[in-house]
Amino acid sequence: MEIPYTTEIRKDTGLYNAKVGIWLFLASEVMLFGALFSSYILLRVGTPEGYWPHGWLNIPLGTANTLVLITSSITTVMAWASLKMKNFGKFKMFHAITLCCALIFLCIKSYEYHDKFTHYRITLTNGKIADGHFADESKDFDLLKKTGTFTIHGHEVELADKTGPELQKELDKLYDLREKDSTVEHKELTYQASEIVSLRNYGPWQNTYTAIYFTLTGLHALHVIGGALVIFYLWAFGGRMWKEDPERFTNRVEISGLFWHFVDLVWIFLFPVLYLL
Amino acid sequence: MSDQSHSEHADHFAHHVRRYLYVFVALIIGTIFTVWASYIHFSTREINIGVALLIASCKAFLVAGYFMHLISEKKMIYGILGFTVFFFVGLMGLTLWSFGDFPPHTVTH
Repeated sequence: MEIPYTTEIRKDTGLYNAKVGIWLFLASEVMLFGALFSSYILLRVGTPEGYWPHGWLNIPLGTANTLVLITSSITTVMAWASLKMKNFGKFKMFHAITLCCALIFLCIKSYEYHDKFTHYRITLTNGKIADGHFADESKDFDLLKKTGTFTIHGHEVELADKTGPELQKELDKLYDLREKDSTVEHKELTYQASEIVSLRNYGPWQNTYTAIYFTLTGLHALHVIGGALVIFYLWAFGGRMWKEDPERFTNRVEISGLFWHFVDLVWIFLFPVLYLL
Repeated sequence: MSDQSHSEHADHFAHHVRRYLYVFVALIIGTIFTVWASYIHFSTREINIGVALLIASCKAFLVAGYFMHLISEKKMIYGILGFTVFFFVGLMGLTLWSFGDFPPHTVTH
């Protein structure tokens, strides 16, 4: 059975069916990300003064990823325009760049995630908090059995018995790393397991900021992977359909492109909200 | 398709390609501007947030308007997006409204 309205226009909508379908899907996506942005606002507003992180993410890497996605957006629209101009070779070239951009984006994001998963906050028995990146651990390190040692490259802060500006200064060493980071001295710090009350990396479980950061960027990364898979399929196996039914193939590329632009659009808001504000 | 109409078709899309390139440059400038503006300490934090969201909205308009061709779409698409905007604005409105709505005896920070 032939699928109707893959290329011809329906009189009632003025569009081919897939285009109505993708816009309905994107409308639901707007509400999905809208709900998560709403959660972000409520979590941020509900956080006590001084405890919402600033400067925890690498701005040059975030900027690079933004530029990579913008580049992929123009190559996507150029790939579609190439098909409209009956140039399949250029379509292949532009979408090859799109796929490279998707890969670069995911590599940078993976590097950023790795940085967070190797960053630890340790609460010590003496009331101090140690914060830094994983350096080493002894073979017998076991927090439950209280054996071995754990080493980080970082610094210590003491919040106990501090109030007012003094407390704020200590909190800033943990939560506000903009510009001030260089003034905090980092060194190798080794702790016996018996000195450690709790040890937690900067995964989604660290605090509400990392929770919403991983939720938003993780969902976005899944969209990047999904979009890249569809684009790869069209790029690698589209030749036959292009020969048999070029208009239908061009429409498929347009639909995948609309999804890809939406992914870029979401990142346009994620970048300032998570990295800069 | 005749040679002449094929040539006109190609010219039409060549015009579009130029527009895409302008939008691309504008998006890059917008990104640099967003990062630069985040380092300026305006009098209140709300202004920093407002500026960042304003630039992001302009970039989003360019992507949606030109790359997704929303500036010249059919009424059906505008209808779908009209509903989406209504519910999205409603969701954000409810979020903002909830800021001042605490149950009695709530400890606020």
